[in-house]
Amino acid sequence: MEHLEQFRQEVRDWLEVNCPPSMRTPLVPEEEVWGGRNAEYVNPESKLWLERMGEKGWTAPNLPKEYGGGGLDRDQTKVLHQELFRIKARPALNSFGIWMLAPCIIEFGSEEQKREHLPKIIKGEIRWCQGYSEPGSGSDLASLSTKAEDMGDHYLVNGQKVWTSYADKADWIFALVRTGPKEPKHNGISFLLIDMATEGVSTKPITLISGKSPFCETFFDNVKAPKENLVGVENSGWTIAKKLLQHERNFISNFGLAGGGTGSGADVVNIAKKYLGETNGQIANQAHRENITLHKMKEHAFGLTLQRSGDEGAKASAASSMFKYYGTEHNKDRYELMIAAMGNKGLGWTNEGFSDDEQAITKAWLRTKANSIEGGTSEVQLNVISRRVLDLPN
Amino acid sequence: MKLVLTEEQQFLKDTAQNFAKDKTPVTHFREMRDSENSQCWDESIWKEMVELGWSGILVPEKFGGSEFGMAGISVIMQELGKTLTPSPILSTSVLGVSAINMLGSDEQKENYLPKILAGELTTALAIDEGNHHDPFAIEATAVLDGDEWVLNGKKVFVVDGASADTVLLVARTSGKSGESNGISVFAANNDSPGLNITKIATADSRNYANIEMSDLKLDQNALLGEQDLAGETLEKILDLGRIAISAEMLGNTEEAFEVTVNYLKERKQFGVQIGSFQALQHRAAKMFCEIELTKSAVIAAMHAADENSNELERLASLAKFQAGETLHLVSNEAIQMHGGIGVTDEYDIGFYLKRARVAEQIFGTSEFHQARYADISGF
Repeated sequence: MEHLEQFRQEVRDWLEVNCPPSMRTPLVPEEEVWGGRNAEYVNPESKLWLERMGEKGWTAPNLPKEYGGGGLDRDQTKVLHQELFRIKARPALNSFGIWMLAPCIIEFGSEEQKREHLPKIIKGEIRWCQGYSEPGSGSDLASLSTKAEDMGDHYLVNGQKVWTSYADKADWIFALVRTGPKEPKHNGISFLLIDMATEGVSTKPITLISGKSPFCETFFDNVKAPKENLVGVENSGWTIAKKLLQHERNFISNFGLAGGGTGSGADVVNIAKKYLGETNGQIANQAHRENITLHKMKEHAFGLTLQRSGDEGAKASAASSMFKYYGTEHNKDRYELMIAAMGNKGLGWTNEGFSDDEQAITKAWLRTKANSIEGGTSEVQLNVISRRVLDLPN
Repeated sequence: MKLVLTEEQQFLKDTAQNFAKDKTPVTHFREMRDSENSQCWDESIWKEMVELGWSGILVPEKFGGSEFGMAGISVIMQELGKTLTPSPILSTSVLGVSAINMLGSDEQKENYLPKILAGELTTALAIDEGNHHDPFAIEATAVLDGDEWVLNGKKVFVVDGASADTVLLVARTSGKSGESNGISVFAANNDSPGLNITKIATADSRNYANIEMSDLKLDQNALLGEQDLAGETLEKILDLGRIAISAEMLGNTEEAFEVTVNYLKERKQFGVQIGSFQALQHRAAKMFCEIELTKSAVIAAMHAADENSNELERLASLAKFQAGETLHLVSNEAIQMHGGIGVTDEYDIGFYLKRARVAEQIFGTSEFHQARYADISGF
């Protein structure tokens, strides 16, 4: 305990000096930091903040120091998060590399891969995207058909990925490819790292119902990927793929609860009071108030469950499906309640007649519909719980 | 506050689990139900619980108790809930001890706590007067006449009221119904003249009573705590009761769910286990999620009680709400998933449904606690 308090003091002192003033103000979407070769910094202090945190390894506090991580244990990581939260610090770096790929490289990657990729991920120098789904392989991911042929010193990759988040902005992609066309479907998949700057890689944004394009289609046309970019053993990529999905689910369930991808974090109670009015300090409309209360109570109990899971140090597998299912369904519900409370103000499309905040909530509401599809649908999560937790038969 | 059990609490839980499995499996409850035993719990079983120290979990050490706290007694109740074990633990070890300890004078504590600890005295808290839990809607009156209190009015649905040796009567000494001020609590022996206790028969075959007070005369030291000022403390006592019964309901839920999932793996139709049907799997998986949320709400509430957290009220309401909603869901689904045998008396699962609905009513339904949570949170 004593050394933890000492650590807390060190963190405080460091943050006091190193967290720039504007990084302690609420995040505006244009200033979100994702790093990468082509990153543009609207606010120079976000760049500074990333550099300082990256240098310290605190963008990935629990990853080993030798690969550029913070090398903190569970309790220290918690203290760091508490202190960042206390000064309302913005996240220094959003990164699929840190959230999903890094834990898998640690577990399955070669020493060379760790030394090559982890420091760049942690410092935000390279931005990664995820090449999993294909037009014909959604929930049935293992049926994927993007093929990688063994050409001696490299693989020749041909095929198409879809729902690749921010592929148009990413530097590298971690992709599932078929290396064993004759093997049973789960046993012919490999986990391959591909530089997006390689000849033959192209991307095309997909416009969503929200009007935004966070996802792309990604095409591979005779792309040469060096053999050393294979993670783990050829044809056993499915194990890595599943492990990565658990990290993704944990991330989506936390992320989902926090703000559905807008970072707006708008509180449903405040929204309701603003647009429905107040009677004696209460949300004026009883039916809305009851629905919102139910939602907030579930949120409270779900938040306690996330906390309990952390306190128990629970194994990821089963819990991650529950958190993904519950967190995303809950987030969808939150935005339905918000636009319902806003009435006709919750349905704006442009600034003709609607404020920026109002439109942002409408767009975020539409964005949340993908929460329960991406990273494994709610139905797939319920299958996982049935089979792996409850041990129900196939 | 870490949402895990300490070693001590885990030990109590394991002890209770073994006790319930060995001494009070569901067949014990069935025997009670089918017997002539009007108090609906077994004297010798209660004696064994007392010997294990369960009557004294909330009793201060200076009166011989263990002070294992709400977490201690909640994990015991959770395990007892799994086998529907009937006992006066809620009415006596939680509510009786808390009321006397939090409201009573040193002399009253000296008088009651050692007897409760020794298993010589059981209690019941008589509060509700209408069809729904409403702790401040007190119309029963207590008036000081010379050196005696005179009580008049009625109480309904008093948990373990049919057998309690001492009844703790909530009465109004000033103000009007609905106000928290003006409420006082009195302890009366069950054989006091003017106190008319009538057992009621409920669907869960447990012990409840309606009580009438007709010029019930009590001497001055029957008053627990200060005249008019018990309202706030009473809310706290009720919150402890709510947390304890939420833990019991969590146990009910866990067992009903486990029995049901096992049945899905055994029962075959169309040549396969019915648990292979996705229509049932997804419903089971959703129940699993709700049960996980319930565990978290209950453990947070019991630790909050022991740490005297200012979140106690909100967490107690969250626990009772979540436990009630989940047990409601699981008890219904358990019957449906069992199909025909689920609605037979021979099969135990129906007991869980009947216990569920009664427990949902005790100290406030989900609707009650939803409204309370909204008010406390400023929604």
